[in-house]
Amino acid sequence: MALLLLLGQLLALMGYGGAFYLEVRELEEKCFIQEIPDGTVVIGNYKTELYDPAMEKYQPSPQWINLFVFVKDPENKNLLARQYGPQGSFTFTSQSPGEHQICLHLESIRFALFYDGKLAIHLDMQLGEHTNDYAEFAAKDKLTQMHLRVQQLVEQVELIQKEQEYQRWREERFRQTSESTNQRVLWWSILQTFILVATGVWQMQHLKSFFKAKKLV
Amino acid sequence: MPGLGSAQRWAAAAGRWGCRLLALLLLVPGPGSASEITFELPDNAKQCFYEDITQGTKCTLEFQVITGGHYDVDCRLEDPDGNVLYKEMKKQYDSFTFTASKNGTYKFCFSNEFSTFTHKTVYFDFQVGEDPPLFPSENRVSALTQMESACVSIHEALKSVIDYQTHFRLREAQGRSRAEDLNTRVAYWSVGEALILLVVSIGQVFLLKSFFSDKRTTTTRVGS
Repeated sequence: MALLLLLGQLLALMGYGGAFYLEVRELEEKCFIQEIPDGTVVIGNYKTELYDPAMEKYQPSPQWINLFVFVKDPENKNLLARQYGPQGSFTFTSQSPGEHQICLHLESIRFALFYDGKLAIHLDMQLGEHTNDYAEFAAKDKLTQMHLRVQQLVEQVELIQKEQEYQRWREERFRQTSESTNQRVLWWSILQTFILVATGVWQMQHLKSFFKAKKLV
Repeated sequence: MPGLGSAQRWAAAAGRWGCRLLALLLLVPGPGSASEITFELPDNAKQCFYEDITQGTKCTLEFQVITGGHYDVDCRLEDPDGNVLYKEMKKQYDSFTFTASKNGTYKFCFSNEFSTFTHKTVYFDFQVGEDPPLFPSENRVSALTQMESACVSIHEALKSVIDYQTHFRLREAQGRSRAEDLNTRVAYWSVGEALILLVVSIGQVFLLKSFFSDKRTTTTRVGS
């Protein structure tokens, strides 16, 4: 029984590292977009690896390879600008709803890499309900299994609620954009007709006076 | 001999546990993961993602283009040996489910190489295996009480609600980006057209005047 428990924990640990990875060079910046409502906690678990040409596979990065994380909110304000080790997690909470930009790049802070050094970033970004670690939650508050399940459902529903609120805010912005386009088209049409008529009248008057001066009329 | 007997028993027990362990490792696929990411794909660029998958895991790849140009992208999924499992050109949205036939690193790429100046924003959701159970020590075989199974079904239903919400949000993002594009285009085009109108009408008048001015000089020359 204890063995199965241990195995379960092991599998759970492996599961985290099972997220996708992407290949980068040093200093190459990769940006991701997260569109989230305000007050959402985002946790990014990452792991970096360095390609070893001798062994022809990726090995865990040495300590002198650091990950730089920059998070910008929809108003282009910096939410997070920090340096992290080769493995770990970064987290931030959104202050305003909208598109947040998360940019990462790797940099070696001590030794220079070979010019074609390939690096891999394993990334797993979770938001909302998944950010809570249920095992430690249960142990801390001594909750029953049933209570824990209901807690998970409550958090899911809260996430849905927040998303609905966010949808309402977005729909309002969409409506504002459409109304602005409508107004613009209306006013510009009127203005352009006015310009057309005015230039036509000016042309006639100018040419008439010109021909009169030339004694052709 | 009693010593040998207990050793034999111990070896048998260890062998049994070893088999169970092996069976567990092989038959039960590891807890799955779902990664959803939105990223920007510049023009003439290709972005590849890799994931290590164990044999027998059911995986789903779903992608959608949110902004940019004709809202289409090329997608390609390869298995560890390089065989192409899925390949589509210029798709706006698609969903592909497959079962991993071998262990290894699977690669999927999104390409915007056919586009010269529009960069695209692409969303994809790669689901590998099932979601991890709430309790790591949970034995899947044991029966759940009615309450617990009701909770599990509510959980699954809410998961699909969240999934629909995501797709709705993406479609709305698409619509909104088109509307904002239209708004800016209308502004620029109106200003441009007003300027062109003015320039053309003033230009016409002066051109006409210049025709008559030339004729007059020729007539005077002929006259004198």
